[in-house]
Amino acid sequence: MATSYQLKRADFIFKNENDWEQVLGKILSQNPQDLINELISSELKGRGGAGFPTGLKWKVAAEQPSDTKYVICNADEGEPGTFKDREILQRVPYKVLTAMVACAHVIGAREGFIYLRNEYWFLRNELEKVIDEFEYYCKEINLEFKIKVFMGSGAYICGEETALFESMEGKRGEPRNKPPYPTTWGYLGKPTVINNVETLAHTYTIFKYGAKKFYDLGVQYSRGTKLFSVSGDTPKPGIYELELGMSLQDFVYEFGDGDTKAVQVGGASGFLVPRKKFADTAIGYQGKLTGISLPTGGSMMLFNSSRSMYNVLDNYLEFFREESCGQCTPCRVGCQQLLIGIKAVKRAEKPASYLDKLLRLTETMQYTAKCGLGQSVANSFSSIVENFREEMIY
Amino acid sequence: MTTKKINISINGFPAQVKPGITILDAASDNGIIIPTLCYHKDLCVAGNCRVCVVEVAGQKRLSAACATPCEEGMEILTNSLKVRNSRKHIIELLLSEHNADCTKCYRNGNCELQELASEYKIMTQDFIELLPYKTYSVDMYSPSIIKDDSKCIRCQRCVRTCAELQGVNALTVAHKGDHMKISTFMEKAMNAVVCTNCGQCINHCPTGALVEKNYIEEVWEAIANPSKHVVVQTAPAVRIGLGEELGFEPGSRNTGKMVSALKRLGFDSVLDTDFTADLTIIEEGTELLTRLKKALVDKDADVKLPMATSCSPGWIKYIEHMYPEYLDNLSTCKSPQQMFGALVKTYYAKARNLEPDKIVSVSIMPCTAKKFEANRPEMFDSGYRDVDYVLTTRELAIMIKQAGINFKALEESKFDRLMGESTGAGVIFGATGGVMEAALRTAYEIVTGREVPFKNLEIAPVRGMEGVREASIKIENPKPEWKFLDGVELKCAVAHGLVNAKTVMDSVKKGTASYHFIEIMACPGGCLGGGGQPIPTSPEIRQKRAEAIYAEDSHMQIRKSHENPEVQKLYRDFLKEPLGEISHKLLHTKYLPRERF
Amino acid sequence: MSPIQLLIKDLADKYGRNRENLLPIMQGVVEQENYLSEYSMVEIAREMDLPAAEVYGTATFYSFLEVKKMGRFIIRICKTISCAMKGKSQVVFAIQDMLKVNVGETTADGRFSLLETNCLGLCHKAPAMLINHEVYTDLTPERVREILSEYMAK
Repeated sequence: MATSYQLKRADFIFKNENDWEQVLGKILSQNPQDLINELISSELKGRGGAGFPTGLKWKVAAEQPSDTKYVICNADEGEPGTFKDREILQRVPYKVLTAMVACAHVIGAREGFIYLRNEYWFLRNELEKVIDEFEYYCKEINLEFKIKVFMGSGAYICGEETALFESMEGKRGEPRNKPPYPTTWGYLGKPTVINNVETLAHTYTIFKYGAKKFYDLGVQYSRGTKLFSVSGDTPKPGIYELELGMSLQDFVYEFGDGDTKAVQVGGASGFLVPRKKFADTAIGYQGKLTGISLPTGGSMMLFNSSRSMYNVLDNYLEFFREESCGQCTPCRVGCQQLLIGIKAVKRAEKPASYLDKLLRLTETMQYTAKCGLGQSVANSFSSIVENFREEMIY
Repeated sequence: MTTKKINISINGFPAQVKPGITILDAASDNGIIIPTLCYHKDLCVAGNCRVCVVEVAGQKRLSAACATPCEEGMEILTNSLKVRNSRKHIIELLLSEHNADCTKCYRNGNCELQELASEYKIMTQDFIELLPYKTYSVDMYSPSIIKDDSKCIRCQRCVRTCAELQGVNALTVAHKGDHMKISTFMEKAMNAVVCTNCGQCINHCPTGALVEKNYIEEVWEAIANPSKHVVVQTAPAVRIGLGEELGFEPGSRNTGKMVSALKRLGFDSVLDTDFTADLTIIEEGTELLTRLKKALVDKDADVKLPMATSCSPGWIKYIEHMYPEYLDNLSTCKSPQQMFGALVKTYYAKARNLEPDKIVSVSIMPCTAKKFEANRPEMFDSGYRDVDYVLTTRELAIMIKQAGINFKALEESKFDRLMGESTGAGVIFGATGGVMEAALRTAYEIVTGREVPFKNLEIAPVRGMEGVREASIKIENPKPEWKFLDGVELKCAVAHGLVNAKTVMDSVKKGTASYHFIEIMACPGGCLGGGGQPIPTSPEIRQKRAEAIYAEDSHMQIRKSHENPEVQKLYRDFLKEPLGEISHKLLHTKYLPRERF
Repeated sequence: MSPIQLLIKDLADKYGRNRENLLPIMQGVVEQENYLSEYSMVEIAREMDLPAAEVYGTATFYSFLEVKKMGRFIIRICKTISCAMKGKSQVVFAIQDMLKVNVGETTADGRFSLLETNCLGLCHKAPAMLINHEVYTDLTPERVREILSEYMAK
């Protein structure tokens, strides 16, 4: 069933209103519980890809009895095809900083970090300048909150929140066992709220305009807007803020080049949707209105009919083989097996039926990997092989 | 204190468990075994092999049993189809990355991965073998340890062992993704880094990725050579560990059978390291008293206290790397193995009218660092290599099996003489605290003329498995020549596992502790938990071995080193006096400062 | 004290000597040296009282902390699919041709290292590359030759 949603563009995040001082004042005048309620009723979910309810995260962290807590902005934007967080930090950094203060105010933190991926080193000076100005202002209004930029060192997996903590603690960025979760045991073992850059920017919108304005956008279970990083075979690559819940059909109509064969939703760890399923696929979180609903960190890669899906898959698997942290068996060995496996099938060293063995392996990887990323590394494999099996075979 | 239990169900059967307990422990308490690989009782939980995954009702994803705490109402399935299929996949994945040429593996028959593969009947290799895609290296440079990366399953038990138990950190995890591997600093050879050769990594390795360098064939050859006189010495902890490799439960005492087996293997003389353990006590005890006299009476500022034991070669290399400024605090006594070696090719050779170069001196040790120790350039004081070959308990067990000896059915025999007589004090060298206890038994008696004031000579405060233990003995009413010790409270510390050695040394360094004498053993539990002992090891197993050691002691007729008649004879006939000239030449040694980084 | 020891000491003074300061300190050394030599890792370990193996293990986890000698200019060209689709291979050929090195190598004069890297987050302007921290997008063989000529003149 096709959704009737047309693409609804929005313009909140990048609207440069230069009103952060007022918004900050408004936030600080409210008590934490009200702010939490505001967030919960907005139904904002994490925009990094995992989609955990933001209000709940802040609430749990606020309830922890600890003198030291941290707010961390996750700017380790490493998912292939995603580049929205960079734009936010470049264009509206103060929104993110204001949101971090809001979070600190809610949970009772005095220190915050922006974990910035090493690839974005060129943003660092500018960002630190803004932080200086921001901190200066905070001092003027007697607000005790420090923000530091922590530079990543080049590891995709550090986008996983517990791996990010490990990395900040000076260790290898290997995801931890969960539970405990970051809200109780985060950076340096302290309760920590870690939010994606975009998530924080949305909280700015919510605190400024109220939850209702945000809630009224999007569809049930997928409220509000979301930034999409559009790349691949498209005449207009770039970043777009759209209401959630759109159908992929409408999306392709707007952004495709007229020959779109498939769209990879959610980057290398996401799913490939072939043309025949565009109409039945909605972009949003689980709890669906339509046939399939795909959450996404916002990476939308379009492929036209000139592209070999084998090459696409090969590229993704190569990526994961390198970027898996390597600690857990299903992800470390599984990624190698998938990659070598499709090569073997392509060269006819293994029969086509070997793909089915590998598909069963992807289930195991999904069930047993230690972290969220490890659980999703095989998504591209299963969706591409299921839909483009003929392209995988010799 | 009573804690309220929570209700869970495992495979449909209700169970009550302590809150916070992991699924793995809860299952084990309820008689269900969940397979593990990266999990080890001695180490913190890693949760990275994923072999222990179980299904929790209501969750799509499986949970690692070792890392997931039980919650009220949890319904756990440890053997559902989903669990079985996933587990099988994971074992297959590990095998695809593993050099599974089992028949050529040193750990063939005692490998956790092999066991799992057998249990799950992995009969085919469906996944593509990954070995040809990678370059693996085998590091054979260390005289003690061989590291074969092709057999590594990256469970990181060795890394955690080296860091958590030993505080050495010679091993680390390096790189990521498919390149992730267990490595040393800059991928140097094990003998070129801070490795202490303790071998705990071997004991904790589930596969054959870390094994001892074995000298079995060399020893067989020596035995077969009619022109050689092959002498073997056996360390105290071997006799209570060996049985585990040969069908006995942990904690079985097999001294007599071990001696019989060694005789049947063809050794010309089966002797006891316990003899030189007793000798060590005389030398080291005298050294301690001499140091105390210099410090207390002569006010000699150069004399270093506390004095630390020097029997454990892992500890020696550790202090050489980590605290080189404290080398003068080490007793200059060689370890019992090396004292034995030096005496075999001098005293023993002379007494038995043998050419020293015709003697092959073999030692059976619970230890891999002893292989390194025997190889040190300082250990040639007899004019020859004092100890030619060092075998671990495990290697001896292999030889016994190779020789077709039915160990269980063996009669009991006694050690041969010259250098085969020992005391209860010698045997407790094998347990943490044992050297301290043996030394106190002798030193106290030398000073006061009376036995140590403990029931049955059992100095309880230095026994046990606490990482660091402290004890003090007040000296009252000493003999006239030890008058200066009257009223002195002799303060001692005992540590085992190098991470505990660090604790002690740091407090010595900071000046927060004022010990006179410290005993340090590199391995958890002391030698009985040594890196050359049977695999597996666990706190329970080490506890049982300790009980066996102390039982050996209490069954000995003579329980104080200075009462060992052969030791007394040795002084009369050869050494003349403790710390004398010959002692200095043969029984004492020097240490070498090494780089920490 | 050698210059590197001094640098490491200064970095440790600035950031602190706790484990959580390890990455900033390693980054500081890489800023100066382009890579972490065996010597600098040992000195970092000494300064921070960490096992050298830990420093090595941590460094090798991260792709921007090279432990192999690198050139003064490190070219990191994105190899992810969106850049691959937009002609990244041609750009790599152009660079290889101009610098006479393969991917993973450093020029004989020690000025340039050519590496491939994972997504740089510049997919809408593919292909993209970094030279040290500098960003270059919408690359073509011609454009990359111009860029490199400028660097060669530096």
